[in-house]
Amino acid sequence: MSTAVIDSPIVGRGARDGGRLFRDWFSGLSELAEAGGRAAYVFVMGSMAELVQTFDMPVVFPEINSLQTAVRRVSDKYLSLAEDHGFSPDVCGYLKADYALQVLGGEHPMGRVPKPSVAILTNACNTYFKWAEIWERMYDVPTVAIDVPGSREAPNVRTPSPADLERDRRYVAHQIDELIPVLEKVSGKKFDIDRLREVLGRTNEMGRGWRRVLELNRGTPAVFDAMMEGTIFLGVANALRGTQAGADYFTELAEEMEYKREHGISPLVDQEEKHRLAFVGVPCYPIFRRFYELFSEWGGVFASSTYMWFASGGLNLDFEYDLDRPLESLAEGVLLNVTKAMDAMLFHDQALIQAIDDFNLDGVVYHPIKSCRTVSTSLADSRRVVLEQRDVLALYIESDMMDKRVVSEAQLKNRIDAFFEGLDSRKLRLERSG
Amino acid sequence: MTYAAGVDVGSTQTKAVIVDEDATIVGRSLLPTGANVVMAAEHAFQAAIRTGQVSEEEVGYVVGTGYGRYRVEFGDTQITEIVCHARGAAEMFPGTETVLDMGGQDTKAIRIAKGGDVLDFCMNDKCAAGTGRFLQSAAAALEINLEELGPTALRGTRPVDISTTCTVFAESEVLSWLAKGKKMEDILLGVHRSIASRSFGLMRRVGIVGEVTFTGGVTRNEAMVVVLNEILGTDMNVSEESHYIGALGAALFALERIRHGRVAALQEEGV
Repeated sequence: MSTAVIDSPIVGRGARDGGRLFRDWFSGLSELAEAGGRAAYVFVMGSMAELVQTFDMPVVFPEINSLQTAVRRVSDKYLSLAEDHGFSPDVCGYLKADYALQVLGGEHPMGRVPKPSVAILTNACNTYFKWAEIWERMYDVPTVAIDVPGSREAPNVRTPSPADLERDRRYVAHQIDELIPVLEKVSGKKFDIDRLREVLGRTNEMGRGWRRVLELNRGTPAVFDAMMEGTIFLGVANALRGTQAGADYFTELAEEMEYKREHGISPLVDQEEKHRLAFVGVPCYPIFRRFYELFSEWGGVFASSTYMWFASGGLNLDFEYDLDRPLESLAEGVLLNVTKAMDAMLFHDQALIQAIDDFNLDGVVYHPIKSCRTVSTSLADSRRVVLEQRDVLALYIESDMMDKRVVSEAQLKNRIDAFFEGLDSRKLRLERSG
Repeated sequence: MTYAAGVDVGSTQTKAVIVDEDATIVGRSLLPTGANVVMAAEHAFQAAIRTGQVSEEEVGYVVGTGYGRYRVEFGDTQITEIVCHARGAAEMFPGTETVLDMGGQDTKAIRIAKGGDVLDFCMNDKCAAGTGRFLQSAAAALEINLEELGPTALRGTRPVDISTTCTVFAESEVLSWLAKGKKMEDILLGVHRSIASRSFGLMRRVGIVGEVTFTGGVTRNEAMVVVLNEILGTDMNVSEESHYIGALGAALFALERIRHGRVAALQEEGV
């Protein structure tokens, strides 16, 4: 391959622009905080970011703030402070880091986080409730919980009947109707349905780009690493959801990935793609770069990741908002987004098996984390089912997304090395047997 | 004659094995690892070639394994102990499909294909409760030698229930049973059962299939073998050499590299 092809400015543009957009977004929040302004606090799963935007309210994602403290290697300071104040080491690391951040007046390694004006949560995670109660007590701000119905039964994910789905949708829609006056009161602005239509249209555009990007990783070599670069993409997808900049970013990202697909450009540097993998869970942020290298040094690429399913706010789903009925469609979107996010965390075995076939995967890496039981609970069962149904190897490694006290690089490396030795050996045997 | 060597630097002991071109073990050694891992590897290797009456120059390839594998400075490459135990177990007991390796700080359950390819594995994480270290703590609390642990435990008839999940706290739990007047043999039998039950849990995570081969330092503890056999409902493969299986696997990989090197050289010459 010619150097000109690899050195083309389009290659790596998504990572560069994604980092810049994310930093700019955070700088905006920092300036707001310094000026004493407030922002709406929302969560990644079921964020309601589009609705909030129609009121010109800036949005804060506390989970993203927390994971950034780990990526920037200062999460221990926040976790220790929260534990000094009585939180157990077993409580969610994201919650504890955010609590400490609030105690420290919004002090964050990327700047300053504004205080909340309102908090909106769903039942996608049980911790969200207790978390929002902390802000409610600290700041006396309105806290709105959206109860999203759904029932799950292993081994098959339940598909509601059209009538059930409509009843569930109306239940969510009614709660959104109740949320709107709260946002009007907090922002001092009237709800504008045409504004919502515009915002949802931009999310539709963003979703088309997102799904195309995921799709392009089916080919060999993969065009991006779903754990490393996927996390950058996720940051932009959440922070800039419903904005024109976000929609444009994913359109351009899809162009970059098309280019890489056409020219066979892999995300690995000085290394050939040897093993195609799926990543299940949340990455190990306290040693994020090193964690990625432990796989990439062996020629392992994450072509797929459940994280890009459950943390993308439903962008991976084959769903677009109906702009002729925006409020009704927003309710349907939240319903599907939260339900499918929980399925992607709790019942992903069949989706993984599909990914193994579609993405031609050699192995699956399960990464349960101490800080989050929600995302870790089902992994051992999923691993058993996947190994029963597909001839792949699986790796089960435990660490954390925030707490470096439970991250042992030596233990991780030993297991990861053994996993790749097994993959290499199996590949060699298959090659020899023709 | 060219020989191949495997050096397994474990947390507690370092093992070295020398094999000839027929994969027959001709030399072996076992030494405490101690604080100087580099020296432990060197000494174990030297001791093994002495017992095999092999000169250093005759050893064509050395594979380092175990937690200290990167400190085998004279080694040609490193391979994890998980893969080496699988390879060694398959060589020593060809019917092996499940391996339980119990060492000083690690316990591993490994599912393997016939021939030794690793299909799946699980290890203890963050805690040494189901490992040899747990036995060491109990021995220290009861002030007896490690060698006496097994025979003493086998005299037990009414094992106590060791409920702690922590190796450090195990010592105080053992002492509390002593204070309650329990016999040492019953306490030790309880300790062995506690460890065996944790190991059984690990094995169930990978699936217990076919012949089970027991490897690692704790294989020398006869009580652990008996208790594990009871829990499993079958007799595991164990031999006098089980302690060396990781090093043997490493030596076999070294032998493969020698053979591949020869084939590659012949191909280069157009033979």
